[in-house]
Amino acid sequence: MFEDVNILSLIIILPVIGAILLSIFKVSDRSIKLIAATFTGITFALAIAMFADYDRSGGGMQFVEQYTWIESIDVQYYLGVDGLSAPMALLTAFLGFLCVFISWNITNRVREYFAWLLVLETSILGVFCSLDMVLFFIFWEIELIPMYFLIAVWGTEPPLGRREYSAVKYLLYTLLGSAGLLAGILTAYFEMGTWDMTQMGGLAVGLSLGMQTLIFFLIFFCFCVKLPMFPFHTWLPDAHTDAPTAGSVMLAGVLIKMGGYGMIRLVSIFPDVAKEYGWILVIMGIVGVLYGAAATLRQTDLKRLIAYSSVSHMGYVLLGIFALDKISISGAALQLFSHGVVTGLLFAMVGVVYGKTHERRIPYLGGLARQMPIACLIFSIAGLASLGLPLTSGFAAEFLIFTGSFKSTAVAGIEVYTILGIIGIVLTAGYILWMIERVFYQEPREQFDQLSDATVMERGVIFSLVIAIMVVGIFPNVLTDIIGKSVEPIMASLGL
Amino acid sequence: MEWHQISPELSMAVLAVAVILLDLFVKDKRLLAWLAAIGLIVPLAFVIDLWNEGSSTIMNDMLAVDQFALFFKFLIIGITMMVFLSSWEYINTKIQNFRGEFYALVILSALGLMLLAAARDMISIYVALELSSMSLYALTAFLKDRKSTEAGLKYLILGGIASATLLYGMVLVFGMTGTTYLDGIKEAIFDIGSTREPVLFLGVVLIAVGFAFKIAAVPFHMWVPDVYEGAPTPITAYLSVASKAAGFAVIIRIFIEGFGKPSWLFDDWTTLFAVLAAITMTVGNVLAIHQTNIKRLLGYSGVAQAGYLMVGLAAATAGEGSGQSGIMFFLVAYSLANLGAFIAIIAISNKIGSDEIADYSGMIKRAPVLALVLGICLISLTGIPPTGGFIGKLLVFKSVLDPSLDSGLLWLVIVAVVNSVIAAFYYFRVIKVMFLGEPKSQESVPSDASLEFALIISTVGVFALGIYPYAVSKYADIAAMLIP
Repeated sequence: MFEDVNILSLIIILPVIGAILLSIFKVSDRSIKLIAATFTGITFALAIAMFADYDRSGGGMQFVEQYTWIESIDVQYYLGVDGLSAPMALLTAFLGFLCVFISWNITNRVREYFAWLLVLETSILGVFCSLDMVLFFIFWEIELIPMYFLIAVWGTEPPLGRREYSAVKYLLYTLLGSAGLLAGILTAYFEMGTWDMTQMGGLAVGLSLGMQTLIFFLIFFCFCVKLPMFPFHTWLPDAHTDAPTAGSVMLAGVLIKMGGYGMIRLVSIFPDVAKEYGWILVIMGIVGVLYGAAATLRQTDLKRLIAYSSVSHMGYVLLGIFALDKISISGAALQLFSHGVVTGLLFAMVGVVYGKTHERRIPYLGGLARQMPIACLIFSIAGLASLGLPLTSGFAAEFLIFTGSFKSTAVAGIEVYTILGIIGIVLTAGYILWMIERVFYQEPREQFDQLSDATVMERGVIFSLVIAIMVVGIFPNVLTDIIGKSVEPIMASLGL
Repeated sequence: MEWHQISPELSMAVLAVAVILLDLFVKDKRLLAWLAAIGLIVPLAFVIDLWNEGSSTIMNDMLAVDQFALFFKFLIIGITMMVFLSSWEYINTKIQNFRGEFYALVILSALGLMLLAAARDMISIYVALELSSMSLYALTAFLKDRKSTEAGLKYLILGGIASATLLYGMVLVFGMTGTTYLDGIKEAIFDIGSTREPVLFLGVVLIAVGFAFKIAAVPFHMWVPDVYEGAPTPITAYLSVASKAAGFAVIIRIFIEGFGKPSWLFDDWTTLFAVLAAITMTVGNVLAIHQTNIKRLLGYSGVAQAGYLMVGLAAATAGEGSGQSGIMFFLVAYSLANLGAFIAIIAISNKIGSDEIADYSGMIKRAPVLALVLGICLISLTGIPPTGGFIGKLLVFKSVLDPSLDSGLLWLVIVAVVNSVIAAFYYFRVIKVMFLGEPKSQESVPSDASLEFALIISTVGVFALGIYPYAVSKYADIAAMLIP
């Protein structure tokens, strides 16, 4: 269907064209939002078409576009998606589209806001579609700037938040990670003579294990800051908490997933290093799960609570990836998608609640179920998906991770780690249910009597996210099929 | 005489004289600006015309006419043009007398820098350097207020010491090799063989010190913040890019073409440059963090950028040419971004009468275009894609990691990229103030058409280099091959 069209380029470039149009033409705020919705909408439609057209039986890299870009240093404009990146690209386009509607009530510097939001979408799509390391790095870095501004300008105002502090913290952490990534890919280029991710896997075997380890950890450092892995997670609660709702949705939904996605690619390039040091990363994952969950229990700010729960859930991704089992890696990839939708929904729900009550501190909320039954219902569904209730996407992902890692042969003592990880689920149930109880039940408060429920537009957004959660929960094959196809070559290179 | 080969320099000299003469006869001094800016097209055209003629030497081998020199001449004339375009309003308001001299001095100093990039003889290097420096001393003090005069004097004294050091080094090298020609020196050093000649070594070190002053490398960077702060802003802009570009050109020429690569010299040379690069960028970046004056901030950031450039130098002293071409690309990207930043500052400070970063608060509301361009240029200086600054860093870092060098300088690249993070902190502080702060007044900041034209050139250039670097890197590669 798309033989003659560079569909990936089109998907990547459309949002930024929207951003350029927005910044050139002075139009009314309403038209700005409509333009943003149009461009993200077309992008989303194209992403669906791309995903539907992806040849599931064939697997491998598809919709490949390869052109020489910077001749003197062999850099290519090289795009393509496989079973790992196609779902993430779809998710990015989906959330990008919804974020326009989530941001419908923005009134401050509207033009800039939507322009940055669109640039952000382009950069994340670019990360997931790039197959050339330099191109990957470039998109990885571009994403910083819009996110910095989204947090710093439209974030939570003092005294409730510290938006400028959080924005700079986010910027510096990510740049520090990028420093490792740049050093890593440069070293990799000179050792292997290519920036091409798809070829690196075959060439890396020729290097000494020491060199492989060096490159692996230089690059891994970048991804583990992004994911984030304990103890590099401290930027995340600040950034998520102080970002505007759409910013939080993009951050938690797809931005941090770039880290997990990168790790899976890294394992496919350096399987030997992954086998050698996987156990350390599994332990770090479990520490993250338990520490994150324990920290979540103590949070009193709604957004901070969900942010910390991300730290915990990303621990599962680490566990799944570095258990180095086919099922567990597929589970980790599915978890990336699932957590994106679920946390996106959770943050959208916080946005709905905050929009009505202007309050995020849990002790000052309560009894909202009476005024906001729909919000309460959807928040509960999101919470249950987050703790992995069957029929939700969270269950499918976590079930795959646990079954896969439990029987994994690559890491000694993995059974113990897996069981410790499962304890994390219990903690998750604890903080999610406790949070819902404190926010929506308990004694109703007088000052909230006049509140209305979610508006029609908000309902549209949150229902579509619920549908996505349910579809993946009930038919995980939609994704696991193609993810599994792309995990197979990784398993082959691992020799497991 | 080879009139054709020296046509860019000749036309520059003629232009300088023409501006002074015109100054005597016209009442409307704005004509001078027009003549100076438009007149630069002539030498620029000559440079472009000479590009395809291949390499030759003129003036008894004292000057080279090769693509390496032409690349830098093009860059320097381009910078001068941008400075003229952007200083229109500034000069109208700040400089009442001696406008003809102002333009003529800038053109003369540019002429000196062009000769510096072409010189292949120590005497002509020294003369060219003095021509540009003398003009710049006077220009620095041109505002004649307290700060400007102090800056001019400081620059003169420190610059004089640096020139003396350089000259002393040159004398020692001449004494040991018996010639002032760079290729003669190379042969003489080759004949000396592998033994370390202490006097010659001292001469080389003193020459290095003299040029380290010119490019503002640590520990010879002390003059930078004061001079940058006190000098008229267009001159600061000019100084920060043109003088640095020519400094690197002459260092590449003298160290690689002049001294060759004798083992006794180059065993430690790469390491020395690497260590100096690491120190320079770290000191520059750390000192920049606390600056509250934007010109001082950019001064220290310029020191740090010299550090990144020296990473390329470390590669160039050991390598086959990728270091040189990386430096050249980096210089173009750096010049565009730094000029863009300074042009925006010229317009803003002209209106608000202050260079304090705090006074830039909410500038996005008062002068959206200026603030946006300043932001983009700072992002390019940080080295974030899709700007030219990123590709420049990529090329320089790549050149030093090249396994054919076997340089083991991965540590340097890590230091450099970590430094970029420190740099991001203070660059983004400016961006934060401009984009997030509350404006101190609602008054908008105007800018004239020629300044806006210069702004557009630098912004488009910054992005063009980031998206299609081949447009410049192909010329840099050709030029770099001449000085392997």
